[in-house]
Amino acid sequence: MAATATGIHHRTYVSELRLRATRSEYFRLGLLTVLLLVLPFVLDNYWLSQVNLILIAVIGAVGLNILVGYTGQISLGQGGFMAVGAYSSAIFADRIGLPTPLAIIGAVLLSAAVGTFFGLPGLRLKGLYLAIATLASQMIIEFVIRRWTWLTEGQGYLNVDRFEVFGFKVGARAVFEQQWYWILLILAALTVISARNLFRTGLGRSFMAVRDQDIAAEAIGVNVARVKLTAFAISSGFVGLAGALTAHYSEVVSWEKFTLDVSILYLAMIIVGGLGSIAGAVYGAIFMTLLPEVIRQVANAMSSSVPFLTDQLPAVRNATFGLVIILFLIIEPRGLDRIWQRMKEYIRFWPFRY
Amino acid sequence: MSTFLNQLIYGLADGSILALAALGFVLIYKATGVINFAQGEFLLVGAYTFYTAFVVLQLPLIAAALVGVLVAILIGVVVERFILRPMVGENPISIIMVTIGLSALLNALVQAFYGTSPKSQPKILPTGSIDLLGATVPINRLLAIVIAAVVLTAFTIFFRRSRHGIAMRAVADDQQAAMTMGISVRRIFALAWALAAVSALIAGVLVGDISAVDQNIAAFGLLVFPVVILGGLDSVPGTIVGGLVIGLLQQFTGGYLDPGLATVIPYIALVLILLVRPYGIFGETRIERV
Repeated sequence: MAATATGIHHRTYVSELRLRATRSEYFRLGLLTVLLLVLPFVLDNYWLSQVNLILIAVIGAVGLNILVGYTGQISLGQGGFMAVGAYSSAIFADRIGLPTPLAIIGAVLLSAAVGTFFGLPGLRLKGLYLAIATLASQMIIEFVIRRWTWLTEGQGYLNVDRFEVFGFKVGARAVFEQQWYWILLILAALTVISARNLFRTGLGRSFMAVRDQDIAAEAIGVNVARVKLTAFAISSGFVGLAGALTAHYSEVVSWEKFTLDVSILYLAMIIVGGLGSIAGAVYGAIFMTLLPEVIRQVANAMSSSVPFLTDQLPAVRNATFGLVIILFLIIEPRGLDRIWQRMKEYIRFWPFRY
Repeated sequence: MSTFLNQLIYGLADGSILALAALGFVLIYKATGVINFAQGEFLLVGAYTFYTAFVVLQLPLIAAALVGVLVAILIGVVVERFILRPMVGENPISIIMVTIGLSALLNALVQAFYGTSPKSQPKILPTGSIDLLGATVPINRLLAIVIAAVVLTAFTIFFRRSRHGIAMRAVADDQQAAMTMGISVRRIFALAWALAAVSALIAGVLVGDISAVDQNIAAFGLLVFPVVILGGLDSVPGTIVGGLVIGLLQQFTGGYLDPGLATVIPYIALVLILLVRPYGIFGETRIERV
């Protein structure tokens, strides 16, 4: 029997700071890369569009997890911050005429600024109170967007031109999803990598210190006010990026896409995936984006025996949504990420329990 | 003057219903420390159970009300036992999310069984209107204020005088001390959820009667937040003051300024209160130590 590693023992700080320590981790990374490269050639347009939605959700969920999972500041304003990103990017690109990449960068900066502003109550409030304050920010942003007729020229929605970057324009229907896949994949990968690396820096560590015990963090020299606002800014920046990409990808912006339900959906993603874990945010985004699709398929498959399921599809979908959140929180509060780790351990130690 | 009086009555009626909804919310927060995002769905479920008993099963009014109360107590206890109790000791984010999940679930169940169209329910309160200082004031709104006032007074007396009420206050004050005095904290938690569901039922039936039995009833759930922040998260009298102020604020903004602004004005007020006085008018200031 070959010797099995009993654990990873770091001997230097450098080795502890490395993102990947074992060969199997490199192997899995390689496997994932191959899968991601092959994906657009295997899937048809419909499934590829689902994958694209997942990639956008990954960016948003990672952004939210930086704030909620790593800094412990609960936010119900996700939908509002996405809306800021979407509307500002659409306006920068189409009305002011900036090139799309600049418009998106502008949107990210603006979302970060708005997020910081609505993070100000977070300096005095925490936990429950902060949740309520961000709920109010969601309501206020939504109201401003609906009533500010200049934004949408009184139509309630904005049309966005076909995405164009450095003279390259996304093509028509046949290649549309595939080309978007590459754009979104690059951005999602950059988001994941930068978020992952953020928590190897002093700033990222101070986020976690504030989450674990803010008064103690202050005692060891962390500027809590600055850290909280930075977390709001970074998180809202990523969230705004997700919003801007939603706008350019779907080519129409309307406020209905950014309601409180969206905030709750994203919170559900990081709860289901695992709070305070970048991989968890990715799993959660995949899970929650595919869930409605899976329910639809199951309902269709069972439509002959249980017609109730297809008749009441929206209600069934919402009920499952609520049930999934409740069950995950009760059974595995640390989410899919923890389940995945337990599976790995189970296989590693097999046939022993531990 | 007459418009003013009309607005006043409408505002007070909305406000007293809000106060009832907020009462349940405060009960739960005070006793168990849980922020309940499903309060609006408790109103919704209450209104629909009453509708089922009263209209679908054709029960007399008293029996229907009794069925409503029993179902509300049952739901409250079941929710506490199977959803909130496993979550004891988890971080606030998880507890908030579990109640959000609960609200999605309850809302979807009501939608699945009753559909989205409004249900017609014969009016319980008289629908006429009376002349009051030159303004025509609908009687059902006035009665709604009276009913809410009676219920709120009853709850206040319950907390001050009855054994269980005092036990609840003891648990809210200090759980460990209450336990050493022989109070069953678990039973108090269940009681808090049951009472919250009952007060939500009353509020839900009132809303259903003066407007309509439909999904919009759940919208009261989010409006509870401005109310409790204004009054103080853990204060029963605060819910009455907060409810009336928010109800009037909404009504006057809608009547004199802009109906669209009326939907968001409570939240603007909420942010301002949080910035100036986060613990509300009657709330207890908590000092945190490491």
